[in-house]
Amino acid sequence: MSTETVPHTAMTLVDHLPAIQVLLPFVMAPLVVVVGSRRLAWPLTFLASAAAFVVSILLLMQVIDGSIISYHMGGWAPPLGIEYRVDAANAFVLLLVTAMSTLVLLFARRSVEDEVSAKHHALFYTAFLLCLSGLLGVAITGDAFNIFVFLEISSLATYVLIAQGSERDKRALTASYDYLMMGTIGATFFVIGIGFLYMATGTLNLADIAGRIEDLGDNRTVRAGFAFIVVGIGLKVAMFPLHSWLPNAYTYAPSMVTAFLAATATKVAVYVLLRFVFSVFDPDFLFGTNTLAFIILPLAVVAMFSASFVAIFQSDLKRMLAYSSIAQIGYILLGIAFLSETGVTAAIVHLFNHGITKAALFMAVGAYVFSAKGTFYDTLQGMGRQMPLTSAAVVVGGLSLIGVPGTAGFISKWVLVEAALEKGWWPVALLIVLSSLLAVIYVWRVLEVLYMQPASESSTVREAPMSMVIPIWIGALACIYFGLDTDVTLTAARTAAQGLLAGSTGLH
Amino acid sequence: MDTNTAILASMLIPALAAVGNMLLRDSENLRDGMTFVAALATFGCVMTILSNEGSGTTDPLVLFSVMPGLDLAFNVEPLGLLFAIVASGLWIVTHLYGVGYMRGNNEDHHARFFCFFSISIAATMGIAFSANMFTLFLFYEALTLATFPLVAHKGTPEARNGARTYLGILIGTSIGLQLVAIIWTWMIAGTLDFTKGGILQDHIAGPMVAVLLALYAFGIGKAALMPFHRWLPAAMVAPTPVSALLHAVAVVKAGVFTMLKVGIYIFGIDFLAETGASEWLMWLAAFSILAASVVAMTKDNLKARLAYSTVSQLSYITLGMALATSMGVLGGGMHIAMHAMGKITLFMCAGSIYVALHKTEISQLDGLGRIMPFTFGAFLIGALSIIGLPPLGGSWSKWLLVMGAADTGQMVMIAVLMISSLLNVAYLLPIVGRGFFLPNAEIAADAPRAEAGLLVWLPPVLTAAGCIALFFFAGQIEIFLSPLVAE
Repeated sequence: MSTETVPHTAMTLVDHLPAIQVLLPFVMAPLVVVVGSRRLAWPLTFLASAAAFVVSILLLMQVIDGSIISYHMGGWAPPLGIEYRVDAANAFVLLLVTAMSTLVLLFARRSVEDEVSAKHHALFYTAFLLCLSGLLGVAITGDAFNIFVFLEISSLATYVLIAQGSERDKRALTASYDYLMMGTIGATFFVIGIGFLYMATGTLNLADIAGRIEDLGDNRTVRAGFAFIVVGIGLKVAMFPLHSWLPNAYTYAPSMVTAFLAATATKVAVYVLLRFVFSVFDPDFLFGTNTLAFIILPLAVVAMFSASFVAIFQSDLKRMLAYSSIAQIGYILLGIAFLSETGVTAAIVHLFNHGITKAALFMAVGAYVFSAKGTFYDTLQGMGRQMPLTSAAVVVGGLSLIGVPGTAGFISKWVLVEAALEKGWWPVALLIVLSSLLAVIYVWRVLEVLYMQPASESSTVREAPMSMVIPIWIGALACIYFGLDTDVTLTAARTAAQGLLAGSTGLH
Repeated sequence: MDTNTAILASMLIPALAAVGNMLLRDSENLRDGMTFVAALATFGCVMTILSNEGSGTTDPLVLFSVMPGLDLAFNVEPLGLLFAIVASGLWIVTHLYGVGYMRGNNEDHHARFFCFFSISIAATMGIAFSANMFTLFLFYEALTLATFPLVAHKGTPEARNGARTYLGILIGTSIGLQLVAIIWTWMIAGTLDFTKGGILQDHIAGPMVAVLLALYAFGIGKAALMPFHRWLPAAMVAPTPVSALLHAVAVVKAGVFTMLKVGIYIFGIDFLAETGASEWLMWLAAFSILAASVVAMTKDNLKARLAYSTVSQLSYITLGMALATSMGVLGGGMHIAMHAMGKITLFMCAGSIYVALHKTEISQLDGLGRIMPFTFGAFLIGALSIIGLPPLGGSWSKWLLVMGAADTGQMVMIAVLMISSLLNVAYLLPIVGRGFFLPNAEIAADAPRAEAGLLVWLPPVLTAAGCIALFFFAGQIEIFLSPLVAE
């Protein structure tokens, strides 16, 4: 693994890609406000997101072989300056975030016109851009305090975005307030944790912290820092039992916001968790190991079952998918708790696969909101006939959620079960497949509603416009594509896992 | 056409026929004619493969690699080819019957029905030509999903409940057990390719062999091994052409076919015999054979009785594998063809009676044989083949199974097979007896023939003739399958 950090002298544009990645949406955000035009807001946002997507592809191409890019912000060398550090793991996350934001934006134009009041459009897209740049910043930075800053940027923007759902349902305001409370507590825990680490090590650069923790050995301050960080990030991940903000936030947010958050926000938080657990604190760090095996693993399993059970009894498609997300995050955490290369690979690959699956499904939910004016099961009866394209995409997404072979979800489950068997943890392997049977039930309830119950006679619901259907189907086809061709996803995930499991050495 | 092209065509043609059905949904005759041509073409492809390869085994045709070492790949080997011939050949007959049935019975949504029917055939061809367990599993699940709308076709609450049971058990067992078994196999053997002699020797030993076999045996829910057989009777809410082709041929045979594949190419017959891991399965299959036959006798609903009869007959094939001898495997393989031909005849007769007179219960059949002579005649022949009497095809596969049991010295199994034959007589022949011999006051002595249309009664007569023909071709089938067990 190349770990040289060559100081950049003769810089080309390509060398600045890590900064451009974050700055594109970040600079576009105030621009959208300044322009202030409702009509220009969407094209500008889309432009920034699409450009960021291209940048993320270029970055991933540079690091897919296992090399690392270290970029010094403003030319200040770390540990004094802020370092942006791109390896396979976060390049993969960057790709996921920008791909999903671009896809969701394609879909968003009509959906936002429908769900958000016209006078807020420019500000809405500004908040979206800030949220996007915050998430990208969290993923790309190699500085602990910088993570906190970007995390807050994205979180504050998220609260605004969720509150915009109040046009459709006033409960969006309480949902947003709830999330604000919980999110702030999480962020506080996180920053306290970083404070402890700073106290013990005297540095904020992740690579530096990692190196010095090793020298410190078993240290109470470090332990406390670790605990605060895991809980703080756990809140953002919606790790059971810190998930209570999620169902309402997802249910009442505007459809495009839900699609975007479900596909990216929790995923970026998972990445931060991975980064801290494996790179900053060495996996051999005994205390950390026990936490994962004895605390996170059971919590993950409980999340898989309890959230799936709750999902079965929902009567609102959007809320059902929100609970399903909590369960699916359980799978990701389970992969992490295995503390093996295969396990982390499973976590990362599921992070991606679940992201595209949920993006497709939540966009389809948005299409139902647009055309059928509701997401409750009794509104959706017979939509298989009235909105055939959207509903067929729900079938594909649903199958991927279950993990039927030939879909992206199957690949994640395969690797996850493989990881469990590799460890010889039989019961866990069985629990994984059992919980996916619960997914069969909650998905099938929806499909029965869509296809096997007649629509009301007077219903005049028509298929959603093509500008919505096409992005939904891009998502649905991606679910199938990544279920058959895993060259990109599995390779990137495995490289990322190897990089992460190299522990602190991977940071030098 | 070379073999690999023919393999792909045999899957693509039914898939395209499915698309065609949706496009041509408003022009009935064109649509059904197109599907008929597609069925002929599919059968043509399979026969091309037969003339190219005989009973040889080809190298895998790798479409693409899903994960390193895990390919979507197809190849030809005798058992799969036999299954493909049976399924595609009977699709032609069943399609004609299906057109007659759906029109004669005024069922709704013809285009959707024939669309999913064609997808199911495409999935079946995929199963038949899979070169590894992963590919097979993919098409196995596709078949479950594609047949779900067919089972739920009528849209009534009963249909919905039946379809739920169907899906619940099939998906539940396949994801809950079979998938675990497959990943476990992958972990220890590092491959899932179907390899003669198996891939598991030296990788697993002791009681774990039996555990793995159990995960497969119960995980292959389509084989309807008790106690995971409930889906099959539940699926009988489907229109009869579905029961005929899918639940007497494609779906259930996909189950036992997978069972045989696992026995022959994953474990290896010799490995099973050495370790004795399949002995418990033999006893369970024997139990299934007898118990399902007994349940069948208690059913008055004709299709329900046939469904339980199928559960019982499927376990013959599982038993053939579990005996772990060459005779058993040959008998099991041959029974796929023999039972398919016999059972599809019986189901089509049941549908024929329903279309013509709307009778579903056996107790309503008194005297109907006289006004529906073709239907009841075909039923008699099909029933005799299932029972296993010469000169009908079913006698040979049963003969081979008995030989297999004798080979291993399992006298109890011989007794089980004999008792089962008697039970078959007891639950199948009274149906024919009622039809021909019991009086029915409602039917005058000179009542005219009451058969439904030509497309409804001719197909079962054809398959009944097939049962007779198979008696004389059994030797060829045995030779054809013999590479499976050749040293």
